[in-house]
Amino acid sequence: MKRVYLDNAATTPILPEVVEAMLPYLRDAYGNPQSLHDWGDEARETIEKARGRVAALIGGQPGEIIFTGSGTEANNFAIKGLAQAQQSKGKHIVISAIEHFSVLHSAKTLEKWGFEVTQVPVDGYGLVDPEEVAKSMTEDTILVSVMHANGEVGTIEPIAEIAKVVKKMGALFHTDAVAAAGTIPVDVEQLGVDALSLAANQFYGPKGIGALWLKKGTRIIPFLDGGVQEGGRRAGTENVPAIVGMEKAAELAQQDMSSRIQRLSALREQLIADVSSEIKHTILTGHPAQRLPGNASFCIEFIEGESMLMLLSSKGVAASSGSACTSRALKASHVLTAMGIPPEIAQGSLLFSLGLNNSEEDVDYLVEVLPPIVDRLRQMSPLYAKFVKEQGGGK
Amino acid sequence: MPIYSEKVMEHFMNPRNVGEIDNPDGVGEVGNPVCGDMMTFYIKVDDNHLSDVKFKTFGCGAAIAVSSIVSEMAMGKSLEEARKITPALVAEELEGLPKNKYHCSNLGAQALNKAIDDYLKKQGKEVKSRRRGKNEKE
Ligand code: FES
Repeated sequence: MKRVYLDNAATTPILPEVVEAMLPYLRDAYGNPQSLHDWGDEARETIEKARGRVAALIGGQPGEIIFTGSGTEANNFAIKGLAQAQQSKGKHIVISAIEHFSVLHSAKTLEKWGFEVTQVPVDGYGLVDPEEVAKSMTEDTILVSVMHANGEVGTIEPIAEIAKVVKKMGALFHTDAVAAAGTIPVDVEQLGVDALSLAANQFYGPKGIGALWLKKGTRIIPFLDGGVQEGGRRAGTENVPAIVGMEKAAELAQQDMSSRIQRLSALREQLIADVSSEIKHTILTGHPAQRLPGNASFCIEFIEGESMLMLLSSKGVAASSGSACTSRALKASHVLTAMGIPPEIAQGSLLFSLGLNNSEEDVDYLVEVLPPIVDRLRQMSPLYAKFVKEQGGGK
Repeated sequence: MPIYSEKVMEHFMNPRNVGEIDNPDGVGEVGNPVCGDMMTFYIKVDDNHLSDVKFKTFGCGAAIAVSSIVSEMAMGKSLEEARKITPALVAEELEGLPKNKYHCSNLGAQALNKAIDDYLKKQGKEVKSRRRGKNEKE
């Protein structure tokens, strides 16, 4: 059976060059970077070189990169570590309503610790208005965190504008760039942020490795206590093979970024155009233009996401959904909800995220298998039956 | 995706008795308070027995499989027997459901019961005016 992976927002596949780069560090170069002998020296030099490469991807300095075990860890680290380091100055945190759970739930933890958190709303496209950020800030605000791009609906946020507002009020600004870094140009200088999270498995690197970029001189409370690794801020023996994998993935991402963006955007436009024309009552979610290159997210009306995913999977297509039925908590995606999408529409959420592994044929195949699936489920749907009845008899 | 039993997958891929009944004797519509989904059952009653059962469902894979198996379990049964179809029985018949999908099995039994209620109510009342069930107002 044909298999088409359209779930690159969950994770991208790892590039063969990345695997090749990692292999020696899984096999022979097994030294611990902290050891005082040749094995250790080699490993230490290796990760320091990688630090420089990863920093270069986002326009930072090598010393500003702290390797972490994931994007989630980087977000936890930033939110909790920066808030705690600043708590003598204030106790108020501002985040957007569409943050990843690793930011959202870290903020919840801070609330338990006695901090106060304000969520800034988004508009129908999922955009954060810098004005709203300004309005939500007080004298007491020490930290603001707004994601660079939302992986679920693809919307890219005006980070530089938000940063200006935040700086004016004298707070720290963190951005979760996990969905953006390595995919679109991200430059910490231009953005004017103080901290930024990224993860290798979003740009064809390995899983289990991410980084927090922290502007030089910014105080943070260590995330893991232990040894002196990562400047004593994130203890634990460094994951050398994964760090090398992230380095290679960052190098390739920087080198090929514009051609990747061109290719993926073209595929995305084809997918959006074809799905929208082949399937009636389909809503594109997220911003139409200010959007991640590979993201094509929809709500297909009158039907539910999980049943679509199951039928797509029976045709070899992997996608994802933010419907209530697909979530463990049985709640519609907080991102779609924050964008004002009504629950019954959010039930039809369907996200295709394209990657370098996809071709035009993949999109053609999807556009061939999806309409009959939607048809079949609509024939089963009481909502659709009602709609048809109203259409037929209502006028 | 949740791990579903083979039986759930089979009913999901080939659901039985999908559709509506023209002039049904009873209609039962329930919404799922947990995730906001919907299930409608249509029944035809002959001689106190369910001579036809059909459904429409807006919901997850489990909800569709549940509707399908409930329609199959109910078909041909007397009203009293059909009322004995409980969510637990439905789940058992489907060779189990993931925990967070149990609430979907409630829907099926509820919708069927509501359709039977609707039929009984109509029997007691003027039948014709409510022939098309409560979805009629448009
Ligand atoms: S109908 Fe929503 S989880 Fe089953």
